[in-house]
Amino acid sequence: MYDVVIIGAGVTGSAIARELSRYQYNTMVLDKNSDVCEGTSKANSGIVHAGFDNEPGSVMAKMNVRGNAMMEQLSKELDFSFKRNGSLVLCFDEKDMDKLEHLLEKGKKNGVPGIRIISREEVKKMEPNITDDIAAALYAPSGGIVCPFGLTIAMAENACVNGVKFQFDTEVLNIVPKEGGYRLETSKGVIESKLVINAAGVYADKFHNMVSDEKITIIPRKGEYCLMDKKVGDYVNSTIFQLPTIYGKGVLITPTVHGNLLTGPTAVDIEDKENTQTTAEGLADLLKRVAISVPTVPTRQIITSFTGLRAHWTEHEFIIKEVEGAPGFIDVAGIESPGLSSSPAIGEYVAELVQGIYPMEKKADFQATRKGIPNVAEATFEERQELIKKNPAYANVVCRCEVVTEGEIMDAIHRPLGATTLDGIKRRTRAGMGRCQSGFCAPKTVEILARELGKDVSEITKSGEGSNYLTGYNKEDM
Amino acid sequence: MKTEIAIIGGGPAGLAAAVAAREAGVEDILIIERDNELGGILNQCIHNGFGLHTFKEELTGPEYAGRYIEKVEELKIPYMLHTIVVDIAENKVITVMNKEQGMFQIEAKAIVLAMGCRERSRGALNIPGYRPAGVYSAGTAQRYVNMEGRMPGKKVVILGSGDIGLIMARRMTLEGAKVQVVAELMPYSGGLKRNIVQCLDDYDIPLKLSHTVVDIKGKKRVEGVTLAQVDENRRPIPGTEEFYECDTLLLSCGLIPENELSSQMGVELNPVTSGPVVNESLETNVEGVFACGNVLHVHDLVDYVSGEAKMAGENAAAYVQGTLMQAGKEIPLKGENGVRYTVPCTVDRDRMAEKQVVRFRVGNVYRDSFLCVYYNDKCISRVKKKVMAPGEMEQVILMKSKLEAFDGLESITIRIEQE
Repeated sequence: MYDVVIIGAGVTGSAIARELSRYQYNTMVLDKNSDVCEGTSKANSGIVHAGFDNEPGSVMAKMNVRGNAMMEQLSKELDFSFKRNGSLVLCFDEKDMDKLEHLLEKGKKNGVPGIRIISREEVKKMEPNITDDIAAALYAPSGGIVCPFGLTIAMAENACVNGVKFQFDTEVLNIVPKEGGYRLETSKGVIESKLVINAAGVYADKFHNMVSDEKITIIPRKGEYCLMDKKVGDYVNSTIFQLPTIYGKGVLITPTVHGNLLTGPTAVDIEDKENTQTTAEGLADLLKRVAISVPTVPTRQIITSFTGLRAHWTEHEFIIKEVEGAPGFIDVAGIESPGLSSSPAIGEYVAELVQGIYPMEKKADFQATRKGIPNVAEATFEERQELIKKNPAYANVVCRCEVVTEGEIMDAIHRPLGATTLDGIKRRTRAGMGRCQSGFCAPKTVEILARELGKDVSEITKSGEGSNYLTGYNKEDM
Repeated sequence: MKTEIAIIGGGPAGLAAAVAAREAGVEDILIIERDNELGGILNQCIHNGFGLHTFKEELTGPEYAGRYIEKVEELKIPYMLHTIVVDIAENKVITVMNKEQGMFQIEAKAIVLAMGCRERSRGALNIPGYRPAGVYSAGTAQRYVNMEGRMPGKKVVILGSGDIGLIMARRMTLEGAKVQVVAELMPYSGGLKRNIVQCLDDYDIPLKLSHTVVDIKGKKRVEGVTLAQVDENRRPIPGTEEFYECDTLLLSCGLIPENELSSQMGVELNPVTSGPVVNESLETNVEGVFACGNVLHVHDLVDYVSGEAKMAGENAAAYVQGTLMQAGKEIPLKGENGVRYTVPCTVDRDRMAEKQVVRFRVGNVYRDSFLCVYYNDKCISRVKKKVMAPGEMEQVILMKSKLEAFDGLESITIRIEQE
């Protein structure tokens, strides 16, 4: 019997796992996918919000500001990419200045540091490519950008090194209370645990409703994005939001922490929790909306588009508490934006909740730091030479667009919670994330995966069972 | 490390440039190739049809490459394999990496850019739908089938009628896959006429012009795609959607010259071709840096690549030998009225050879039209062409003697005119 089982290996589940791994709990993380970071955590804006637009006093407001404040230190401890680039909310019309003021007030109440309204001229100086048609902007210097995969994987890996078990391809089918805990019926057999943490993203309602009569509904709110080439990564410097206009809620445009340009998300409530398809209408709508902020948005430089699903609770608030009438079952539900920003704070808070329910000693040998995969692309000449001396595979470039080497791909496979799929390699190393979108490197990466995992290339998948890259040998079907 | 001429890329362009430079008398040449053998993309083009112009016989891709590789070996031209160029500085210092020697720099006197091109990806086309396994560029599929003997799919839809797509329609069929349809966004094919006949018609594979993919189904692996007809503005027409069940979507929607290294070193690019702006000597705006093959502009036939690369190699040789004349008056070459671009972009009458080939593509299908060359405002030649199409590269030849004899020549314009 486990002390704690966490359902969901997204950014929230991974953050909780890492915080719990400070203690002597016997913890297990379950996920129905074949890797960490396969749901909402992999398809979002990658923004560390400053925290000005949450309702003062809300759980969201508290977690966001705390998570933002923790992020820098955490990025150093766990070696993932994070940058404070500041964020701007553009106000397009003098008539809307009161709304901007209101946002400023909320930000102040939430304790957002350094937040202020800046003039049109000041904004234009900071962001020459934005529209001339603005009145002013709200500036939050603490806004940042993070690699969502990097953050999630770093926390999960660190949890793993500190003794948390991860089991993938395991779907929880039913949860039944039992004496002193819960019995989880999964696609891979029965697992028992004293405590259960429901960090299942868009499926959190399903698990909550298994143990509670107070039903909740989590609605997948679809957001479509377009990602642009690094050539235009400096088209804007800060993360640029829009005050809601008569055309509706705005979209953002931002540099990513890796130097691409990203725009999105649209917002459409849907029913199907697996519906991550992009649509022609959605992408067209997005590009129309972003043009309000940046009229010359370089759409010719789009290298890919994608869809993410926000886990939107009908009450628009984070639910982070032990479920009434279900002792030891903790909901971490409704984690939509600013969920990524809040994740370190949520991890910390949930660990406190768990401590309150079932106190446990700290580990004496907790490893607080983690070193990531070397980044050959960003290394200096001397650093590269040093790396190559250690392992010549760091000189063999596999992904030429992002300059990712065989050495980095081998590392990604052999680390704790190593990659087993092409998408896993991509999220850990960026191989295939560049302008050719894996056209050249996919066959080579497949080959390395097969070699390192001792498999045949036909067994290698893009993202787990059923997503095989190859279907057989030539002339097999003749 | 130092070399007289560094050639970036060991595909058909790089090989022909190296051979030409050596034959012009330069000893110290180095070919830098990222793959594990010379020959480039030709190695995966196992179909025939190569070499009709260069060798007057029909060869497969690997055979064609083989002819040049043999010459390179015979002439003992040095080359480095699985070596990637990570940077070229404006002063022609090339930073490279490989497993054997690690990371190091090569100082070159002249550089020939011959890096080839890449395929336009699904993302760049912004095709909506899911993002499952089973969406490949035609070239990636070609590599799997022809070099690894592995099938990327069993039931295939192809978007784009570029030559690689057409060739792959036939190849996949021959290897046991069912190719259901080739869809083409434009009202005309992007590939060579002969490939449409030999790769589609001969196998009863339908070609749907003015059609595109509007949706991809399948969460893990492709389960089907939806095609729709497009209007004259290339927008899908509602109500024309048709669902095709398939496990694979191949994309053959255009090639993009790979000029990231070139632009990093300050080489000016032509937005139409995405390749360097070059003069009659195929020299870029950076002195001593030449470009040829698909990195310069995308070709239909490797034979033309070899010819162009030979010229680049010879001029690079002349440059290091000090016999390439200083650039003088550059006369601009302009494409107009359907002529999308020209390679080269300028000619210098003193530096040009007696015959200067100018290559270009047209922007639409033109029937029974005239291909006209103007010196300043004066029409010098007007040739009737039965058909000109974007899928087939066109050329005109400029004669040095004629250019020299024309007083006050300020510009040369190539344009298409109707009756």
